[in-house]
Amino acid sequence: MYGWTGKILRIDLTHSSFTVEEPPASLYESYIGGTGLAGHYLRNFITLPYDHPDMPLLLFTGPLVSTKSPASGRMSIMSRSPQTSAVCDASVGGRFGTQIKKAGFDGVIISGASNAWRGVSINDGSVTFADAEAIRGESTSRVAERVNAASTAVVGPAAENGVLFASIVTDGHYCAGRGGLGLVMAAKKLKYIAVNGSGAPGVFDEDELAKAREDIFRLAAASPALKGALGISEFGTGALYDLMHSRRMMPTDNFRATRFEAAPSMNAHEYAQRYQTKKTGCAGCHILCKKRGAGGQLIPEFETMSHFSALIGNSDIDAVVEANRICNEAGMDTISAASTIACHLELTGGSISPAGLVDILNDIAASRGIGVELKAGSYRYAKKLGRPELSMSVKMLELPAYDPRGAYGMALAYATSTRGGCHLRAYPISHEILRKPVATDRFTFSGKARIIKIAEDMNAVIDSLTACKFLFFAASLEEYARAFHGVTGVTATAHDLLRAGERIYYNERAMNAMNGFIADDDDLPPRFFADSGTGGDGIDVRPIPRGDFLRARSDYYKIRGLDENGMPTEQKCGELGIPWKRS
Amino acid sequence: MEALLNKYAGKLTAQGLCDAGSPLLGGIDAEFVWNRDDAAIPMLAEITRGLNINSILYAAPAEPYASLLNFLAEHDGGAECIRPEDSETRTFLHDIPLVRELSASAVIAALKKRKGAVIPGRGIVTWGTVSPEQAFVTFSSICFASFVKFFSDAAVEARRGGLDPNTMRRIVSTIAAYDNYVSGALAGVHLFRGPFEARGDAIGAIIQAGRRTVECRLVDSFFGNISYRLGGVIYVSQTGSSLDELAGCIDPCPVDNSSCAGITASSEFSAHREIYSRTAMSAILHGHPKFSVIMSMLCDKKDTCANRGSCHKSCAERRFVCGVPIVPGEVGTGPYGLCNTLPPAIAGRRGAIVYGHGLFTTGERDFTDAFRSMVDIELMCVKEYRKIIETL
Ligand SMILES: [Zn+2]
Repeated sequence: MYGWTGKILRIDLTHSSFTVEEPPASLYESYIGGTGLAGHYLRNFITLPYDHPDMPLLLFTGPLVSTKSPASGRMSIMSRSPQTSAVCDASVGGRFGTQIKKAGFDGVIISGASNAWRGVSINDGSVTFADAEAIRGESTSRVAERVNAASTAVVGPAAENGVLFASIVTDGHYCAGRGGLGLVMAAKKLKYIAVNGSGAPGVFDEDELAKAREDIFRLAAASPALKGALGISEFGTGALYDLMHSRRMMPTDNFRATRFEAAPSMNAHEYAQRYQTKKTGCAGCHILCKKRGAGGQLIPEFETMSHFSALIGNSDIDAVVEANRICNEAGMDTISAASTIACHLELTGGSISPAGLVDILNDIAASRGIGVELKAGSYRYAKKLGRPELSMSVKMLELPAYDPRGAYGMALAYATSTRGGCHLRAYPISHEILRKPVATDRFTFSGKARIIKIAEDMNAVIDSLTACKFLFFAASLEEYARAFHGVTGVTATAHDLLRAGERIYYNERAMNAMNGFIADDDDLPPRFFADSGTGGDGIDVRPIPRGDFLRARSDYYKIRGLDENGMPTEQKCGELGIPWKRS
Repeated sequence: MEALLNKYAGKLTAQGLCDAGSPLLGGIDAEFVWNRDDAAIPMLAEITRGLNINSILYAAPAEPYASLLNFLAEHDGGAECIRPEDSETRTFLHDIPLVRELSASAVIAALKKRKGAVIPGRGIVTWGTVSPEQAFVTFSSICFASFVKFFSDAAVEARRGGLDPNTMRRIVSTIAAYDNYVSGALAGVHLFRGPFEARGDAIGAIIQAGRRTVECRLVDSFFGNISYRLGGVIYVSQTGSSLDELAGCIDPCPVDNSSCAGITASSEFSAHREIYSRTAMSAILHGHPKFSVIMSMLCDKKDTCANRGSCHKSCAERRFVCGVPIVPGEVGTGPYGLCNTLPPAIAGRRGAIVYGHGLFTTGERDFTDAFRSMVDIELMCVKEYRKIIETL
């Protein structure tokens, strides 16, 4: 086997034991790796509660990892979300995926649960279990420091204290942020996973891979969003901040407005000046979109920048950096944390000071004071107060920093996303705002149902390869299919890979259906259909036309091969070769 | 969707890529929509269902593209694809597959790998995943690339001493028609006169000059870019914008990078900015006039040069055509990016050509000189090309 190692590591925390499985090649071809393969292994357990010992926590790399394929050093972490009860995966950067691969595995399946806090170390083919009681309560960076491995994945105090949006932090600051995967890990009493690998996967055809790499680099260089003077290589994902401001779609005051007056003084240029930022990034990447300040400060990503400023009405740039630091150290998702605070502010009619922000985040992470309520996320909190409609979430997962009234494809994609309020499943911002591969009209649903379906399939492939979505602002599966063939020797065109993407996505849909998700769950908070955003400069930000949205959603079901209630069908499951279960 | 299909059918005709009534475009969301009725619809629908796409285009290209494509397809015997070496192909198309049998399964097999395919003697099929605009762009790129390849190959053959009379006749008549068209471009062109002091005037001038550049076929509408410097702000066309529809597609970019709102600006924004920092120019126009591109690819030393095969990114020679410098450089900002090679070459000159890619021209006050230089240089390149052919 080339690209893949052909081995999957199963770790049982109940018995402190491990086994190695060698799946058939056909399974790799059907599900690729990463999210696809993890989803396949999750399927039989998806109806269990997230904290059931048999619920697996899956960490999977893809075939391109640890090869010269550009920006392909990622990994998917997957399980059932404590926050949404739906499937949940997160693509994480850093070095973890590469190290797993070097250690000889395509993926790690962790099941069982320990009685006391544990750490797991994977060293090439061997696994050791350590007592982690002594580092209970420690911050994520302290744990990573003490464990001292080539790569680490750890949970912080937030997970230990039951925060429903607790994250898993790899290599200090690459987060599996959304949906509470950290809480799944904590339910197993697993504080950290460390990996040291020294091998390398075989590559089928180095020349072909080199040619694909050259094509991808050429496209990346031609992409203003990636390598342009104002792009994310230069300024980080925060480069999007000014754009969202100028397009009048920056979620402000818990999505009551779409324009934040202080935005021009809180943009990526301000961070670069104030903190004298430098580039850093994942293993095997030449974009290096992460930024660190000269004093070592972690510079927030776009979503964090936006939600810890506009969404909660904070115009203190240092407070954003501090909020980001607290979330990273405690191990909790910045999007859900900020959005839950914004919901709290709307419900209580208050505003927040920089010091107040720090206090409330610390309270959430420690589960004390108001944090006891807020650690459940905005939906459960608002519902308890009788106002669930003020939670700006889909499937109880808080929305990221693109107001759906400013991009209707994004509105549909939020609604249909299998993991809930997430922008990454279809990322229509690519064409609706960034003009790639070409621009589409952001204020119409016309054509969007199929566009979203195709993009979901494509991103499922990317998360299975496991490559970086940002590269797809420039390259396409056409070039990555060549890299895939060069690495694995498996003949597959872009459209063959998309077929696997369709299978992977449909399998997620099927898992959600088994947990009772129906069409009503594929919807946005009522605010977006009732209230206007903040128009001006010739841009009119109107409420989303409800009828058009529902038509687009039902078109989407048809195109995806679901029934009118969004349920998978026996016929489509058969066509894609995945198991069918009514619910 | 229907409006988009009609829009791009219209553009294909307006830009001389197809004869009126020829383009067949289909779009599919939940259901198919076509721009017109045609017997080929069932086959195209089958092709669409065999791919994961949302739009498809099938049309016979107009002359001279149809003959040139057929020539290239025949010339290479049974080759599976045409391999042009211009920058549009290199960057976006990679190569152009030839499908020698008209069946849905043969077309699907080719389109699973590439954005478009040529069915010799019949037409070109292309597709999109978010908009029929992608299908239009690929169609246009295939026509451009085949034109450039045909004439650059012919010149190489001519220099080696062999061009058959048929090819010669085709060349002469195609050039005559082209020359006529471009020569007429300057007549009646009155662009707004600068310097512009108000933002609205600068933007108006950009929109006007962009439209004229497309109308005169000095660039296919999706490619090219244009900018104007006004004080500390560069107004530049957005990435993937059509030079003939720039209203609403111009990004203001502060020269000090104090806002990233221009993250959607053209991939050549860095090159524009660098040119402004080195010169007193206020206007920059970039098109892909065909003979400027062709002449940039004709180099006497190609067979013996140490850099052969990588002329597009590194060239040790100082090359000129009619006094206009030719520089290597790839699109954008990579290590071989034209943002490194173009600005020093263009300083102090009316324009510069990027190898296999296109022409950049400048103006001090407005777009009048930039536009005139583009036409002049292109006509000079046509003349130079004729010399190569006719001295035989
Ligand atoms: Zn160009």
